[in-house]
Amino acid sequence: MTVTLKTIKSISKKILLDFFLTLFSIVADWLLWFVFCCCVFSSWDETHFGKMGSYYINRTFFFDVHPPLGKMLIGLAGYLSGYDGTFPFQKPGDRYEQHNYVGMRGFCAFLGSCLVPFAYLTVLELSKSLPAALLTAFILIFDTGCITLSQYILLDPILMFFLMGAVLSMVKCNSCADRPFSASWWFWLSLTGVSLAGAMGVKFVGLFVVLLVGLNTIYDLWDLLGNLSLSLVMFGKHLLARVLCLIVLPLALYTAMFAVHFAVLNRSGPGDGFFSSAFQSQLIGNNLHNVSVPEHLAYGSVVTMKNLRMAGGYLHSHWHLYPEGVGARQQQVGVLWCYSDLSDPSSPVEFVRHGDIIRLEHKETSRNLHSHQHEAPLTRKHFQVTGYGINGTGDSNDFWRIEVVGRRTGQLIKVLRSQVRLTHVATGCILGSSGKTLPKWGWEQVEVTCTPYLKETPNSLWNFEDHINPKLPNISLDVLKPSFAEILLESHMVMIRGNSGLKPKDNEVTSKPWHWPINYQGLRFSGVNETDYRVYLLGNPVIWWLNLVTIGLYLLITVATAVALKRGVQLTSELKELSRVVLRAGGQITLGWLLHYLPFFMMGRVLYFHHYFPAMLFSSMLTGITWDALLKFCAGFLSCSTTARRVYGGGFLALVLLILYSFYLFHPLSYGMIGPMASNPSSPMAGLRWMDSWEF
Amino acid sequence: MLGFLKEPVVVTAKINVSLVALTVMGLMSRLWGLCYPRAVVFDEVYYGQFVSLYMKRIFFVDDSGPPFGHMLLALGGYLGGFDGNFLWNRIGAEYSMNVPVWSLRLLPALAGALCVPLAYQILAELHFSHCAALGAALLILLENSLITQSRFMLLESILIFFILLGVLSYLKFYNLQKDSAFSGSWWFWLLLTGVACSCAVGVKYMGLFTYMLLLTTAGLHFWHMIGDQNLSNVSLLCHFLARGLALIIIPMGLYLSFFYVHLALLYRSGPHDQIMTSAFQASLEGGLARITQGQPLEVAYGSQITLRNVLGKPMQCWLHSHTNTYPIRYENGRGSSHQQQVTCYPFKDVNNWWIVKDPGMQQLVVSNPPRPVRHGHIVQLVHGITTRYLNTHDVAAPLSPHSQEVSCYIDYNISMPAQNLWRVEIVNRESDTDVWKTILSEVRFVHVNTSAVLKLSGASLPEWGYRQLEVVGEKLSKGYHQSMVWNVEEHRYGKSQEQKEREVELHSPTQMDISKNLSFMAKFTELQWKILTLKNEDTEHKYSSSALDWITMDTNIAYWLHPTSGAQIHLLGNVATWASANAAALVYLCLSLWYLLRRRRKIYDIPEDAWQLWMSAGGICGGGWAVNYLPFFLMEKTLFLYHYLPAVTFQILLIPVVLQHLSDHLCRSVLLKSMFSALVVAWFSWVYFVYCTFSPVTYGQPVLALAELRALRWKDTWNILIRKQ
Repeated sequence: MTVTLKTIKSISKKILLDFFLTLFSIVADWLLWFVFCCCVFSSWDETHFGKMGSYYINRTFFFDVHPPLGKMLIGLAGYLSGYDGTFPFQKPGDRYEQHNYVGMRGFCAFLGSCLVPFAYLTVLELSKSLPAALLTAFILIFDTGCITLSQYILLDPILMFFLMGAVLSMVKCNSCADRPFSASWWFWLSLTGVSLAGAMGVKFVGLFVVLLVGLNTIYDLWDLLGNLSLSLVMFGKHLLARVLCLIVLPLALYTAMFAVHFAVLNRSGPGDGFFSSAFQSQLIGNNLHNVSVPEHLAYGSVVTMKNLRMAGGYLHSHWHLYPEGVGARQQQVGVLWCYSDLSDPSSPVEFVRHGDIIRLEHKETSRNLHSHQHEAPLTRKHFQVTGYGINGTGDSNDFWRIEVVGRRTGQLIKVLRSQVRLTHVATGCILGSSGKTLPKWGWEQVEVTCTPYLKETPNSLWNFEDHINPKLPNISLDVLKPSFAEILLESHMVMIRGNSGLKPKDNEVTSKPWHWPINYQGLRFSGVNETDYRVYLLGNPVIWWLNLVTIGLYLLITVATAVALKRGVQLTSELKELSRVVLRAGGQITLGWLLHYLPFFMMGRVLYFHHYFPAMLFSSMLTGITWDALLKFCAGFLSCSTTARRVYGGGFLALVLLILYSFYLFHPLSYGMIGPMASNPSSPMAGLRWMDSWEF
Repeated sequence: MLGFLKEPVVVTAKINVSLVALTVMGLMSRLWGLCYPRAVVFDEVYYGQFVSLYMKRIFFVDDSGPPFGHMLLALGGYLGGFDGNFLWNRIGAEYSMNVPVWSLRLLPALAGALCVPLAYQILAELHFSHCAALGAALLILLENSLITQSRFMLLESILIFFILLGVLSYLKFYNLQKDSAFSGSWWFWLLLTGVACSCAVGVKYMGLFTYMLLLTTAGLHFWHMIGDQNLSNVSLLCHFLARGLALIIIPMGLYLSFFYVHLALLYRSGPHDQIMTSAFQASLEGGLARITQGQPLEVAYGSQITLRNVLGKPMQCWLHSHTNTYPIRYENGRGSSHQQQVTCYPFKDVNNWWIVKDPGMQQLVVSNPPRPVRHGHIVQLVHGITTRYLNTHDVAAPLSPHSQEVSCYIDYNISMPAQNLWRVEIVNRESDTDVWKTILSEVRFVHVNTSAVLKLSGASLPEWGYRQLEVVGEKLSKGYHQSMVWNVEEHRYGKSQEQKEREVELHSPTQMDISKNLSFMAKFTELQWKILTLKNEDTEHKYSSSALDWITMDTNIAYWLHPTSGAQIHLLGNVATWASANAAALVYLCLSLWYLLRRRRKIYDIPEDAWQLWMSAGGICGGGWAVNYLPFFLMEKTLFLYHYLPAVTFQILLIPVVLQHLSDHLCRSVLLKSMFSALVVAWFSWVYFVYCTFSPVTYGQPVLALAELRALRWKDTWNILIRKQ
C-alpha cells in the first residue's frame, strides 16, 4: 500500500515537474516571440552577425574574430526560412522591408528561451529542490537583459545555449555516477562534449565552460582514484571514456565545423585580405585564383611582396619624396617592387637562395630599396627606408640579405609559401611594416621601416605574391595550396590577432567589468532620438541586485558552514543535506560564475556589457540555490512545522512577486520605448531611472 | 636583594660559524670593487634621475612602482652627501666627482649579500639539513645574475631581500606556533613578516606575488588550526586577529607611510606636474601654486577663469579660443559653421581666459557681494579677449563627425541662432547646492538646447587649427569620463566692464590669498591611481625578452661596455645553476605527482613527516617560483630578464630540497648514497667553474681579449658585444 502511494506520489511529482518545464518554455517563448515580430528594424550587432549569415548564404569569404559555428547556424536558419541573403545590413535602424528575417531571429529567440528550462533542470538536479529551480526559472524569464539579448540575431543566445547545455549535461552526468557506462551516462557525457564543441565554436569565451567541465572532471577522477574498491583497470576505462567524450569528440566536432566553414565559403569576399596569399589563391574570384606563376624565385624576376602582419599591405613606392624634415629627402617607400639582378639578362637563370645578398629595384621608378641610419618618419627608433639611386645603380646601402624562416642555407625560395625576412646588410636591421599610417604627404599608406630590434614578428616577415619571369615555366598555384591543418592554424592566428587588436582608445568611454554585476550601465540596441523606437539592453535591476546581494550572502553562508563543519559541530541530517547542497552544488555554480567573470578583468580588448551574461546565468542559478537553502534554514529554526512552512512559502512568494513586479516596471526596456528620453522628467520612464548612468 | 651578585655573570653565545662565513663571503662577492665602473650602468640612468629629484626635493611620478625602493636608493645618496647635480642622460656616461658612487650602490649590494645567509636560514627553518642549507646559500652566492643585479643602483636585489626576509620570518613564526604562541619572539617574527612583505610591495609591485603566497599559506595553516579541537573558540579568534593585524593592517599602514614620506620629502613642483590634477599641482611649492596662490575660492558671475581638462591625456590643456574660424569646407568636403574656433591648448595663454556670465544680465563684472555659481545653474561663457560666447550646435565637429562642433558664436545673420546656454554640473559635489570652487570642483558643462556635453576628443586639429586639440559637444554621453570634466585653474573676480580695461586685466597676474592644501589621503589616492594607470608608449627595447626565453636563459642584457677596451658587464645567469634549477623543478613536479597518485591508492612510499616536509618545502620554493614567474605570461608590458630573478631565486632553493630528498629516500644503500654525494660534489664544482668563467662579464674585469669574448658566447642568442676593429 505504502509502496503504491509512494509511486503515485513520485509519478505525480514527475508530472508536476514536467508541467512546470513545459509551462516555462511556453512562457519564455511567448515573451520572446511577442517582440521581434513587431520590431522591424535591424539593431546593433545584428548588422554584423546578420550580414555574416548573408555571407554564408552567398558563399562569400569573410573574416570575423569569433569561430564560425554561431554564424553558420544563423546562416542555416536564414536559408531554411527562405531568407535570400540580399539585405545589406548597413547600419542599425534600417528597415527589413520585404526581407525574411524572422527565421534568423526566431532561431536565436528559440535558443534563448531554451536557457530557462536548462537552468531549471540544472538547479533541480543540483539542489533537488523544486522552489530553488522555480526561483531560477523566474529570474531568467523575467530578466529584461536576457529577453533583449535573445530577441535579435546575435551570437550570445547561441553561446549561452551551448554553455547551459554543457552545464546541464555535466550535472546530469554527475548524477548518473552511480551507474557508470549505462546508456544515460554515455548519453550525458557525450552530450557534454558536443555542447563544449558548440560553445567553443561560437565564441572563444566558450573556453571558460571548457575549464569548468575540465575541473569538474579532474575532481571526479580524483574521487574515483581514491575509491580503492575500483580496480586500476576500471579507473583506466573511466579515464578513457572521458578523454574520448570530452577531448577527442569536441576537438573532432570543432575541426569539422571549420571544414564546413571553409568548404561553404569558397568565393572571394571582404575577408580575403586578412589571410595569406596562399590561402587567397583558393578563393573563386580572387585575383590569385587559378593563376599560374613560376614556382621559385630567380634573379631578374618581377615580384610583389606582401607583409605578413594582419591585413598586411604590399611593399610599394611612388615618385613622391619624403617631405623636408622627415629624415633624408629621398623617395618614399610606403607599403611594388621587383627583383633586380646582379647578372645581365642574357645569362642563364639563376635561382635566389636562402642567405643570398640581393638588391631590389622598383620597376616603375628604377630606384633601389635602400635604408640608412636616419630615423623613420613615425617610429623614431627605427631606420628610414627609401628608394635610392638611378636606373639601378645605388650604393652599398642597397644590399639586403634574404632569409627564409625555418630553412637552411642554399634552399630555393617559393612564391606564396616562403616566409621571408630581409636583413639590411650595412646596418643589420630588418625590413618591416610598423603598422602606423603616414600622414597626408604619404597618402595615408602604412609606414615601412627597418627595425634594429631583431624580434620575430609577422610585421617583419614578407611573402612573394605576383611573380613574372619569362625564362621560367609557370606552374598552377594549386600545387602550393595549403593543407587543411595549415588553414586551421592560420585562421586561429588571424582570429587571435584580430581579437587582441580590438583595443579601446584613450578618450573613449568603455565598459569596465566592475560595472556589470551592479548593472551600472546598459547598451543602446537601437534608437537614439526621442522619436525613435528604442531598445536598451539592461538587466532587470531588482533581479541583478538580488543576484549581487546573493553572492555576498552565499560567501557568508559557505564560510560559516565550512567553519562549523571543520570545528566538528554536530548537525542534524536535514542540515547536513543542506550544507552539502550549499557547499557542493553552490560551489560548482560559484566556480562557474568566477570562471566566466574574473578573466575579463585581465583582458586588454574592448569589453561590452553583454559579456557578463554567461556569468549572469550562473549567478541566477546561485540565487535560486542560496535563497532556497536560506529559507529552509530559517524555517528549520522554528519548531512548529506550519509556521515553518509559512515562513518558507511566504519568503519564496515574496521573492517571486518582487521579480514579477519589477518586470512589469522595466519591460519597456526590452519591448521598446517611444517618446521622450528618461532623462526628461515628463517621460513615463523618468521615475525608473534609478541610476544616473542609465540612458533609456 | 643583590642576589644576582652571588652567581657569576655568564654570557654564552652560540655562533653558527658557517652562517657568519657565508655572510662574509656574500659581502665580499657583492661589495668587491663596487665603484667600478665609475660610469652609469644600465637602469642606473633611470633610477638615478629619481635619486637626483629626491635630493632636490622635486616632485615626480614614476609609473614603474611605489616609492619605497626609490627612497632607499636616495637614502644611499643622502648618506654619501650627493647634491643631486648630475645629468642622467646616457648609459656609460662617466660619473662626475660629486656623485658618491659607492654609497649609492651600497644598499642594493648589502641587500644582495644578505640574501646568502637568508637562503641558508630558510632551508634550515624548513627542517632541511645543514648541508642542504649550506648548498642553497652557496648556489645563491655563486649566481652571476644575482651578483650583477645587486652591484648597481637597481631595485631587484632589494626586492629579493625583502621577499626572502618575509618568507624566513613567516617560517620562524610558524615553527614557534606549536610551543610558544603569543610569546615575544612569536610576535616579533609575525610582525616582521608583515613588515618585510609591505617593504617588498613598496619596492616593486612584483612583491605582491610573494605577499599573496604567504597570505595563502597563512590562511591554509589557520584552516588547519580551525580543525584542531583542542583550541578554544576564543584563542582561535585571538590567533585570527593577530594574523589579521600583522599580515594585513600593518602592511597597509606601512605602505601608506611610504607615500606619506614620499610626499613629505617632495614638496617642490617639477617635470611631472602636468600629469597631476590642478589641485595637486597647487599643493606643490613653485609651479602652479605660485600662480593660484590667493585666488578667490568661489566662482561667481563675472569671474574670469581658465578651464583645464581633468583627463590630462594626451597632454594637459586649457579651453582656448582665438580669432581664427573653422574652414568653410574641410578637406573631405564636409562643411562647417565657419564660426570662431574653440580648442584645447596645452600652453598657458591669455586666450585661455573665459568669463562666467549670468544669461539674465549684461554685466561682465563681479557684483558686490559676489553671487556664487552653484551646481545646476545656467551660465554663458564669454571668451575674454574676443568677447564671443561659447556655443555648440547641430553641426558635425571637424574630426569627430559623430559629435557636435563647439565654436565661439559669430552672428553671420544666417539660419543658425546662438545656442550658448550651459548648465554647470559639479561632478564631485557633496550636495545639490554646492558652490563651484576654483581648482577643487570638477565640472561638466551640459548644453541646454541639445544636452551635449563639452568634451576633449583627444584628436589634434590639422594646420588650420594650429595642431591644437579638438573640443566637441558629445551628444551621446556614455556615462562619466574624465575627458568631459573640467576644473577652474586660474581665477580672479573681474572688475572692468570696458573691453580695453578688461584686456589689461586679463594680462595681469592673479593674486590674493587662500591656501588650498589637499589632505594626505586625497593626494595618496590620486598619486596611487596615476602610478597604476599611467601607460608609457609601447617601448621597443633591444634587450627586451619574452617570459619563455628566461627559463632557458636565451637572452641576456648588456649593462655596460667600456668606452675603449672590451671590458663589459652583462646580466647573465650561472648556466649550470639555471639548468639544475629547471631540472630540480621538473623532478619535484614529477615526484610529487607520483607520490600523490600513489597515496590516493593508499600506497605510502615515504614516511608521513618526510611527505609533509616535501610538500611544505615545495609549497614555499616551488610556489614562490610559480607565483613570481607565471603572471608574466599575462602581462602586456615590455619584459626583461631581470624580471625573472625573484622567481629564479626560489627555483634555486628547490635544488638542495630535491637533492636531499633523493639522497634520503631514493638512495637506499650506502654505496648509492656515497656515489650520489660524489656526483653532487662534481656537479657543484661545475657550478663553481661556470661562475668563474662568467665572472669577467659579471664584474666587468679583468678585460677579456676578443677570442675569450667569442668563447663566452655559449648560446647564439646571447648578445656579447664584440668591438669592430
